[in-house]
Amino acid sequence: MAFTGLFLITFLIVHAGINSSIFLNDNGETFNEFAHFMSHNWIVRFLEIGLFAGLFLHIIQGFLLWKQNSDARPVKYLVNKQSSNSKWYSRSMGILGSLLLLFLVIHVSHFFVGTKVALYSGDKPHNLYDEMKEVFSNLWIVILYLAGVFSLFWHLYHGFHSAFQSLGIHHKKYIPIIRTIGTGYAVIICLLFALMPLAFYLGWLA
Amino acid sequence: MNLTLKVWRQKNPKSAGKLETYQVKNISSEMSFLEMFDVLNEQLILEGKEPIAFDHDCREGICGMCSMFINGQAHGPWQQNTTCQLHMRAFKDGDTIVVEPWRSKAFPVIKDLVVDRSAFDRIIQAGGYISVNTGNAVDANAIPIDKKDADHAFMAAACIGCGACVATCKNGSAMLFVGAKVSQLALLPQGAPERESRVLNMVAQMDKEGFGNCTNTYACEAECPKGISVANIARLNSEYLKAGLSSEEK
Repeated sequence: MAFTGLFLITFLIVHAGINSSIFLNDNGETFNEFAHFMSHNWIVRFLEIGLFAGLFLHIIQGFLLWKQNSDARPVKYLVNKQSSNSKWYSRSMGILGSLLLLFLVIHVSHFFVGTKVALYSGDKPHNLYDEMKEVFSNLWIVILYLAGVFSLFWHLYHGFHSAFQSLGIHHKKYIPIIRTIGTGYAVIICLLFALMPLAFYLGWLA
Repeated sequence: MNLTLKVWRQKNPKSAGKLETYQVKNISSEMSFLEMFDVLNEQLILEGKEPIAFDHDCREGICGMCSMFINGQAHGPWQQNTTCQLHMRAFKDGDTIVVEPWRSKAFPVIKDLVVDRSAFDRIIQAGGYISVNTGNAVDANAIPIDKKDADHAFMAAACIGCGACVATCKNGSAMLFVGAKVSQLALLPQGAPERESRVLNMVAQMDKEGFGNCTNTYACEAECPKGISVANIARLNSEYLKAGLSSEEK
């Protein structure tokens, strides 16, 4: 989980970084250039296979973990005060991950599938910026994306430092640094992702 | 104080258990939780009923035998405390207290509140021996050990193997226990010769016993009566990774 999680964490930096070019407010010119590069460069295309492999591995590992862990306690407690000893999000990685998976299915169908169809059908260059504008004109989709980002935030907030613990990195000197970077990472990435649908819906972008 | 107790009663490992309700009266706030159970059991015996089976031995917080899940918390509401050291002043007159056994596939209920924790013994056995010279006991300070390492090894060795970590963990994971047992030797030169085989064998046994996996909620550290740090779980992970990469053992 830790290796695949950290791999996906690095992917999100690239994803959020490139998508943030919409905030340049140049009618998506830079963003579309980036999108074109990402969908046509063969190195990126190759890495894309790795990304999906990493994602599927993370999902499969998560499912196996959930199965083994629920089997480990066949009879549940009648009274269990879990809030007294742990944070809700640390106990909810499975459900947060499942919500994220649902969100990802919708997200991929919105943007990834359209780009691929345009790429292989040989039509005129796909305008991803216009597609974003259209998708995010629907209030319900904006709310859905904000809910997805909410799940992502808590998943990352726990997952970031948890990955280091799982890899055996636990040092008095480094824990506060890892925690701070993890919190900063989760806040910045999720803030950027949340602002994207909002910016389109609220008309902040041209 | 007068209390209502809801206690898990289960005749044997195979029978279905359920909560039974009991009333106890005139309980002193200075009594320990187990002494309160002694009062209840004497009351049950006088009534011609079966007393409640529960584990206990030293009653001074060092043996790791007592194992009750009290009002949803392992060893009750106090931090870094065993059930035998939990005193009735932790409760108020009129309180209802629910008492359950540790719940884990690897710790089957034997009777009432008594569970079989021999899975822990088998993990220790899997760790195997440490190589030492025979003959007279060596001088205590013959091998130089860094003070920090000695302190961390000692803190890990404070684990009494009560199983509260497993009982508390939402995944029923034993990684705090195994982490402590691996750490106490991995940090010392005496544990070096069998360092790799020890961690691999102990983790293999842990998995075989049916414990769950750590997802870093750190509930185990919060409920551990000896305050064993989750740093030991990280050490277990790194020891396991290193041994897995370099050991010639399967």
